[in-house]
Amino acid sequence: MSGSTAARSRVTLSNAVVRFAGDSGDGMQLAGDQFTSQSAIAGNDLATLPDFPAEIRAPAGTLAGVSSFQLHFSDQDIHTPGDAPDVLVAMNPAALMKHFGALKPGGTLIVNVDAFSDRNLQKAGYESNPLEDDSLTDYQVHEVRITDLTLRALEGHVERGELNKKEAERCKNMLALGLVSWMFHRPIAETEEWLTTKFAKVPEVADANITALRAGRNYGETTEAFTYTYEVKPAKLAPGRYRNITGNQALAYGLVAAAERAGLELFYGSYPITPASDILHELAKLKHYGVATFQAEDEIAAIGSVIGAAFGGSLAVTASSGPGIALKTEAMGLAMVMELPLIVVNVQRGGPSTGLPTKTEQSDLLQVLHGRNGEAPIPTVAASSPSDCFHAAIEAARIALTYRTPVVLLSDGYLANSAEPWLLPDVADLPDLSTSFAFTTEPNGPDGGFLPYLRDERTLARPWALPGTAGLEHRIGGLEKEDGSGHISYEPENHHAMTELRHERMQRIADQLPALEVDDPSGEAEVLLLGWGSTEGPIRAACHQLRERGTPVARVHLHHLNPLPNEVDELLRSYDTVICPENNMGQLSMLLRARTLVDVRPYTRVTGQPFSAAELVDAVDAAITEGAR
Amino acid sequence: MTTNEGKLTKKDFTSDREVRWCPGCGDYAILATVQTLLADVGARPEKTVFVSGIGCSSRFPYYMDTYGIHSIHGRAPAVATGLAIARPDLDVWVITGDGDGLSIGGNHLMHALRRNVNLNILLFNNEIYGLTKGQYSPTSPLGSMHKSTPMGSLDRPVNPVALALGAEATFVARSIDTDRQHLTGVLEAAYRHRGTSFVEIYQNCNVFNDGAFIALKDPKQKDDNQIRLVEGEPITFGPEGERAVIAEDDGSMSFVDTADAGERIVVHDPHRREPTTAFALSRLSHNPTGPTPIGIFRDVDQPVYDDLLRTQVEDARAAKGPGDLGALLASGNVWDVH
Ligand code: SF4
Repeated sequence: MSGSTAARSRVTLSNAVVRFAGDSGDGMQLAGDQFTSQSAIAGNDLATLPDFPAEIRAPAGTLAGVSSFQLHFSDQDIHTPGDAPDVLVAMNPAALMKHFGALKPGGTLIVNVDAFSDRNLQKAGYESNPLEDDSLTDYQVHEVRITDLTLRALEGHVERGELNKKEAERCKNMLALGLVSWMFHRPIAETEEWLTTKFAKVPEVADANITALRAGRNYGETTEAFTYTYEVKPAKLAPGRYRNITGNQALAYGLVAAAERAGLELFYGSYPITPASDILHELAKLKHYGVATFQAEDEIAAIGSVIGAAFGGSLAVTASSGPGIALKTEAMGLAMVMELPLIVVNVQRGGPSTGLPTKTEQSDLLQVLHGRNGEAPIPTVAASSPSDCFHAAIEAARIALTYRTPVVLLSDGYLANSAEPWLLPDVADLPDLSTSFAFTTEPNGPDGGFLPYLRDERTLARPWALPGTAGLEHRIGGLEKEDGSGHISYEPENHHAMTELRHERMQRIADQLPALEVDDPSGEAEVLLLGWGSTEGPIRAACHQLRERGTPVARVHLHHLNPLPNEVDELLRSYDTVICPENNMGQLSMLLRARTLVDVRPYTRVTGQPFSAAELVDAVDAAITEGAR
Repeated sequence: MTTNEGKLTKKDFTSDREVRWCPGCGDYAILATVQTLLADVGARPEKTVFVSGIGCSSRFPYYMDTYGIHSIHGRAPAVATGLAIARPDLDVWVITGDGDGLSIGGNHLMHALRRNVNLNILLFNNEIYGLTKGQYSPTSPLGSMHKSTPMGSLDRPVNPVALALGAEATFVARSIDTDRQHLTGVLEAAYRHRGTSFVEIYQNCNVFNDGAFIALKDPKQKDDNQIRLVEGEPITFGPEGERAVIAEDDGSMSFVDTADAGERIVVHDPHRREPTTAFALSRLSHNPTGPTPIGIFRDVDQPVYDDLLRTQVEDARAAKGPGDLGALLASGNVWDVH
């Protein structure tokens, strides 16, 4: 926390990072979500980082079962969920053990002492109670009897038989939230309203949660343990209407918007997989937008159904994560060679194999670019922030429809689950996709016949002729075909020409991409930070810090990974040092080196967590020091 | 290509592509029967789509002057499902084989059948892998000696009709490539059934597995071995109907002389809701080397997946009104910054 002390122990801060950590069953995601809403309503800019175990019910009290939610909120424009928390709420010893190391030196620690039994300490791997030895002396430790306070607040509810003791105890997340809300001067009325709606069918549960929430706030107010409270003023955000949105939600909305702007029905076929399933859940609720959702029997059936729906004239989309994309590979090649417009979303997670299902990574880039048999280029778009998932979905649809090709849309576990305030776009300003294609309705051949592979000169797109159109009956498939007629062809020269055509189509896409935006305010930078996908936030934050301190640095972010924008060659050559941070082992760096022959320096980490701005600052410093030698 | 609206002929369903199956292959007969049938029942080429996987039979769409997709191995039911959901106005046919539909694509077949998507699935069963030049398939009889099983195959074959009934397919039938009249009757019923129709067609691969169905085709044997299922009729077979199918106490079925059958003779009713009797019938033969039922095993009306899915969309629209994009984006907590 950085700021100044105001009168009467109310400290005004520019920004703060709060992390709630507890057992999976402790309701930390919920408390975090609500604190996020309160902060949004208070007008802060914010970014969140939920982090939960892959197991649905890991054993209580263990390190494996710890679930956490981090929120970074600020009076400035921010781009990351924050590096180190200023405040850590630890609901049990395991949460403390797991997250204590991240806490800022001198930071505030709120612990639920009631959970610090010998047994829980042992489960967390503590040999002695950290609250009793001197391991926490450098921190502001608040030992709060969170469980006990909750039970006492709800004594009446239990006596009246409205809920049992166990149910009452479950409200302790609201007590913790109430306390933190008080610490940061957050009004809790919205949370109360939310609880009332959420538990509308069980009003006694709503009432118990609200009672616990208020008890938490009152505890803060009445106890003298807290000498300081904090305030983060509203950020100067661009005027307009805002909401909080996660990447998966934004992606789902982007698909609905793309279909509407194209005048097509949306067909979404997918198989449940972490962390992509929420897109299916979101779209399944939106049937009244003309959305057909199909939960297929497996990943291959999911993309198979999407190929069928695309042939039938829908905006057809499937989504998965790395393991599922591996299964879809053959069908992606089929869609590519049949030149059907569709979208394959990959919400990347930690790999290889089953890997880290609930953690983030960017290691499927080469998989989606090159993981198919034969020469099978597929355009690839990557979202860079939770709200950018909305725009990236529309861009993926634009390319698919304009060029009649499958398009891969890359997101990742971090974007999928994190939230940020989103300045709502005006629907009328969204791209009009209905102009990017037209269904073919008339024969195009010399003798009144139909040539399914006769291409548009500018885009090289082939006709999209829908079943039901008399006179345009045609057959397509995975075998190599003759250009124009689409007839099966094994001719050697034809195969070479078709392969070149499919690559040339990628070049046409590149030729028609918007220009890259290079962020180099001083124009004096010698170091370029080049990123893609969810690293945009940390890279922006790192650049901000470097510039504040007088180090010029340039930044560019790629939204199109295939084809790469035409300008990359020149751009990369115009900087002395190009650093490419990626949550993989240097996949984009490798591609850029191969293409531009520029010695791009990878900065790679695969911890399942997004980069911190601090480590990127260090990486730039190291590069500069090395360059000076 | 067809643009006239009048009565169509087989020619209107025949593409200009040269048919490339081996001379004498059973696929030719099936192709001709389907082309003629579609013209006769008044189907429209532009409203008809054939979707196939990989294998000899899967070349079928190229020879039909309709819309078509020659997809990838085993996945045709999935592709067809997406198309049928997106386009209720189309007649969607799936062409698959014993390797394509029961081996690599077994999962998709089972799920298409249980969902009851509006599809007609024709499984050309030749008990062999033809396109890869003669390995045993999931329907080859136990002990089959082919290239990959020189000492005989070890795995028990799947019975396609029993499998379809196990998945509770709403229309299940079996016919023979060269029995044009029987095949036409079965395919017409399949065409008219709303929901998934599954038809197993015994198809001779004269190159790699010639004569696999000789017991049902040879004029000297066929009357002894074809058990023709006729709705409402007691199930008998043999040149004079002298053999009969009876129900045993344990639910299975067996053969006796018709004269001895008495009350236990099975009267065929494909419309029974319970698939149990049809399943018992399907168990009468595992490979068609002896008496084997052909015809329609099951034909029941049940809600169709793609209809139900569209009804949900319509219900949601009726309840919530057509979606408004602006309202969607602004759903949840919004706040204004001035
Ligand atoms: S290999 Fe057999 S099934 Fe294939 S085309 Fe030749 S005869 Fe027909």
